[in-house]
Amino acid sequence: MIDNLLLLTQVPILGVDLVIQGLFIGAIFALVAYGLALVWGVMNVKNLAQGDMVILGGYISYQATLWGYHPIVALPVAIVVMFMLGWLIYAVIIRRVVDRDMFTSLLATFGLSLLIQQILNLIYGPEVKVADAGFGDFELGTFIVIQNVRLYSLLMAAALALAIVIFMKKSRMGQAIRATAQDARAARVLGIDTDQVYAFTYALNAAICGAAGVLVAMIWVIQPYYGIVYSIRAFIIVTAAGLGNLPGVILTGFGLGVWENVAGFVFGAEFAVAAVVLMLVAVLMYRLVQLYRVRQVVR
Amino acid sequence: MIITRKHLRTMTAAVAGVAALGMAATAQAKVEGDTIILGAAISLTGKYATNGVHAQKGYDFAVDKINETGGVTVDGKSYKLKVVYYDDESTPARGAELAERLINQDGVKFMLGPYSSGLTKAIAPVTEKYKIPMVEAEGASRSLFTQGYKYMFAVLSTSEQYLASAIELAAEVAEKQGKKASDVTIAMAFENDPFSLDVRAGVVDDAEKFGMKIVVDDKLPRDLSDMTSTLTKVKALKPDLLVISGHSKGAATAARQIQELKIDVPMVAMTHCEAADITAKFGAGPTEGILCPTQWSETLAYKDDLMGTAAQYNSDFQKAYPEYSTVPYQTAMASMAVQVWADAFERANSFDTELLRDALADTEMQTFAGSVKFSEAGNNIAKPMVLRQIQDGEYLVVAPTKWAAAELRYPRQPEY
Repeated sequence: MIDNLLLLTQVPILGVDLVIQGLFIGAIFALVAYGLALVWGVMNVKNLAQGDMVILGGYISYQATLWGYHPIVALPVAIVVMFMLGWLIYAVIIRRVVDRDMFTSLLATFGLSLLIQQILNLIYGPEVKVADAGFGDFELGTFIVIQNVRLYSLLMAAALALAIVIFMKKSRMGQAIRATAQDARAARVLGIDTDQVYAFTYALNAAICGAAGVLVAMIWVIQPYYGIVYSIRAFIIVTAAGLGNLPGVILTGFGLGVWENVAGFVFGAEFAVAAVVLMLVAVLMYRLVQLYRVRQVVR
Repeated sequence: MIITRKHLRTMTAAVAGVAALGMAATAQAKVEGDTIILGAAISLTGKYATNGVHAQKGYDFAVDKINETGGVTVDGKSYKLKVVYYDDESTPARGAELAERLINQDGVKFMLGPYSSGLTKAIAPVTEKYKIPMVEAEGASRSLFTQGYKYMFAVLSTSEQYLASAIELAAEVAEKQGKKASDVTIAMAFENDPFSLDVRAGVVDDAEKFGMKIVVDDKLPRDLSDMTSTLTKVKALKPDLLVISGHSKGAATAARQIQELKIDVPMVAMTHCEAADITAKFGAGPTEGILCPTQWSETLAYKDDLMGTAAQYNSDFQKAYPEYSTVPYQTAMASMAVQVWADAFERANSFDTELLRDALADTEMQTFAGSVKFSEAGNNIAKPMVLRQIQDGEYLVVAPTKWAAAELRYPRQPEY
């Protein structure tokens, strides 16, 4: 660890590189976590199939390359297909568990996660797949190499996130979603079809996951069982950012990407995940302390 | 339902009947007429399905070949071989359950191994408990050979040998260039799982032997999808050798990010390059010069009477299974296991499991896939690991130098 810190002080450009690469990683995590926060906040469903939906999106872009298309073509396709699939999943499964207790929805989405994994395994087999974008790269100074595909992904993730935020603020459906999140019963009283809102929210989340998956397949690797990586990261981010804090989710996503990369460098890759979880613990403890303080003031 | 005495009597009778049937089956099933029944639980579905099927085809191919050429002669009589398979769904618990079933219900007395170290670890205690000999071809973890198992024999090289040959090669190269082997610096990135840590232990042992310096020693978590932080370190420290092991995911991620970060290390060795098919995924240019260990290669000079040379096995297998463009080593190892069984039957000249166990322990044979001689612990000590280098998109054997088909290209000259 000391060696790594020394190295970092001797070659400070390494630090810049780590932060930049971390931001790229964080962009994808932020996107996935945003979708999770939406479903969690609006429907109170903890979607354990989140990561598997990402991988599903990845396979859509892989399929596109099999058919001879560039994987980026799959981005709009994945958004549309996953939106429809999300709606279907809502109608068949989630609708039945949305008002039940937490464990029912956990079990249902866990089952869904297994189902997606096994279906993907049956169709594509267990081997690792990639979708190569071939966008090239450029060098920043003498040391840092920036992959264009990562840069584009960052921009696309940012654009998608921005579009969603505007949609939530301005559009009728966005307002309905926020109203439902605040108080579903009151929203119903005021004439909002909450069932419709739930379906739309879940489908929107699936579409976001699909888009993230396309980017994942172009940057990293996909395999039917790798969804868990994204599920875990998304849950950590949403928990750390706090429910109902959607801009916070995006910031935390970026922060997690950078922190994971830097911690992996300094403490060794085996402690990267531990460092992330420690960060979560620290955030939760800080919040708890804040909470006590507020209570004391009230008393 | 109220259980009356009459009910109880019928139930007891039924249970007794079933038990009797089961015992009758047990008494006969190991050898049926002129057929010797071998049993195997193997991953035909689930995450190991691809390699499980490779292994199954290897078993089947060798069984067919042996049956075509007159079978196995025991006590003056010729017997055919047959394998009973169950699908373990790639889960250890199911594997252990199926081993019990093969032994207790189907009466199998001669076992072939499953696919992967994890499954072998689950099944070996069962075969050991019933004193049923098992020849396995797909479990390389060194922890399998520290349990004192008496009835398990493995034909493949163990996992700590996987990348150790790369260290030796690096030492060789250093000396050829007039440097000392102890000047060589090594960067290591290993996944944090039993297999990769075994591989790592072998590398560390050999590095110590030569007095080499390990400058990066990262253990990648299982759910890590990015190696940037490790590779950034490698880029800054410029070691002479980079070794990586992390199954197909690790190989694919490493190959991709070595290219992306333009890592310039003269020698790179990693496991699972072929399983991850990195040349097809990323092209010949970026993967040029990467060293990949394998249990077997069709260009090796090994041969035996049944299969002929390694090259002949390769072409015969492809004739039988045209869907294979290259024969995976898992298949060759599986065929080798069946050959070891056939040899043991003939030498033991009996179906007694104890005599067969002793015969297996005394095995000393040459096959198309390498020599076989078991240690006390049951692993094959006569077969070295082979190192291949990707040269213009082809996998060519470069070490051990004795059987090398091509010259090592050093330093590697990739096109990123």
